[in-house]
Amino acid sequence: MTRRWGLRLVVIAYLGGLLLAPVGLVFYRTFQHGFSEFWDSITTPAAIHAFQLTIELALIAVPLNAIFGVAMALALVRGKWRGKPLMEAIIDLPFAVSPVIIGLAMLLVFGRQGWIHLPFQVIFALPGMALATVFVSLPFVVGEVAPVLHEIGDEQEQAASTLGATRWQTFRRITLPSIRWGLAYGITLSVARAVGEFGAVSVVSGHIAGKTDTLTLLVQSRYENFDVKGAYAASALLAVLALGTLFVMTLTRREDT
Amino acid sequence: MIQLTNVTKHFGDFKALDGVSLDIPDGSLTALLGPSGSGKSTLLRVISGLEQPDTGRVEIGGEDVSGLPPQKRGIGFVFQHYAAFKHMTVRDNVAFGLSIRKRPKEEIRTRVDELLGVVGLEGYAERKPSQLSGGQRQRMALARALAVEPSVLLLDEPFGALDAKVRAELRGWLRRLHDEVHVTTVLVTHDQEEAMDIADRVAVLDHGTIQQVGGPRELYDKPATPFVMSFLGPVTTVGGIMVRPHDVTLSAEPSNGALEAQVARVVHLGFEVRVELELPLGEQVSVQLTRGEAEQLELKAGDIVYVRTEHGVTVSA
Repeated sequence: MTRRWGLRLVVIAYLGGLLLAPVGLVFYRTFQHGFSEFWDSITTPAAIHAFQLTIELALIAVPLNAIFGVAMALALVRGKWRGKPLMEAIIDLPFAVSPVIIGLAMLLVFGRQGWIHLPFQVIFALPGMALATVFVSLPFVVGEVAPVLHEIGDEQEQAASTLGATRWQTFRRITLPSIRWGLAYGITLSVARAVGEFGAVSVVSGHIAGKTDTLTLLVQSRYENFDVKGAYAASALLAVLALGTLFVMTLTRREDT
Repeated sequence: MIQLTNVTKHFGDFKALDGVSLDIPDGSLTALLGPSGSGKSTLLRVISGLEQPDTGRVEIGGEDVSGLPPQKRGIGFVFQHYAAFKHMTVRDNVAFGLSIRKRPKEEIRTRVDELLGVVGLEGYAERKPSQLSGGQRQRMALARALAVEPSVLLLDEPFGALDAKVRAELRGWLRRLHDEVHVTTVLVTHDQEEAMDIADRVAVLDHGTIQQVGGPRELYDKPATPFVMSFLGPVTTVGGIMVRPHDVTLSAEPSNGALEAQVARVVHLGFEVRVELELPLGEQVSVQLTRGEAEQLELKAGDIVYVRTEHGVTVSA
């Protein structure tokens, strides 16, 4: 009994010290001088634009990664081909490599002196930032869906095919409902990652205020310009976005069971 | 009729099917019987289209279906572990094939209710598979397979995951169902008793080849190979000849052609008595007697008896 409580205390102290206290402090500082100051700070044109850009990037990256994540998970778990271990390693690359390196690599590939020249601007513009966001949030859906696919096995899918279902019908009516919680969790993590991405986007955005600043970049630039309150306000907004995503997922999950 | 011609299938270096040819008549209930790794499940999956053979031909009802996917073969398939659609109710499970075929809602409803009646699951329609017992899940899977009115019903060790009592119950039930519905049925099993009990034809497989095909009695009485003989029931070897333990007779007096043996052990198993003998050359023989026979002989360890094997089934080992 006491030992279990000891373990709990360690966990609570660890989470409290490292997670809850700093996040709590951000909220405290944000609302210290009332709500209107916070509101003013997040409704400046630069802040609204940063907010919109953040959402936009997430709306591009998350659906792409959801679709390709499920397709890749299917290929990895159901497919019979060589080089699957290599593929798995490549998918985890965004975890292994620092986002800053990814940003720099993109500069090398798509930059002014880069290898690839597209008819539209990639670096210091939306396409580059979207690409960076897609890259850093890539492994989440695959990572959550693949183990679920593995666990449910393919007997239900085989049964559906013997009952006349085409591959698409089987996917829609059997596979997708079976993986829905893994997929939802993967999407939640992707949203949180996409919204909170800093390193790679920082490198490829060029920090053009009111143009390529996302919320995370806005926090940084405000802080560097001695607008500490503004930085706190933007941070609080980011935290609300992330917490909101988690909350929605927990809620839908509870309704199901 | 299902007609298989010279079907082979490899998994890597393993030869699962080695030139199998087999005819399965319309309306029959045929068991594919064999030990694990004999190729019986692979053969069933080749018929269903879930597995593509390396070479050979599969015909169902005179039509060559070798290149067709399972969706287009007009089959129903029942898996050992039920393969229930976990996120659907029992009703939606059974209705799946019909709703894929876009039948009218009213028709689907009637048909599903009818089938749930056939498999004894009335009142369970709105439950999830997780709320059913193993036997109920398998009956649901059967109803689901029968819903699309398949020309062939394929069952892959359908009772293998159930306990002995439920298994025996479902076996009898499936037999009666087959007598009513008359759909050509192929059942895979490793349990010879199950095959003999339920099937009107049995194909015995070993190492990817068909050893013998015939009615249950025919296989038991006229086994073509030592493998079939030993797989279909207990055997003992007397003087290099395989024989059923109950086809060996013992007597206290020597006679022409009888072998002398010493009783090593007498085991009373209720109505039956098992006598373990040792021949002079050290050969061990197990004999099955009725209690009356054993009492008449007054057998005990160390006695000398005379063994005869001339009646009953024998195969040279």
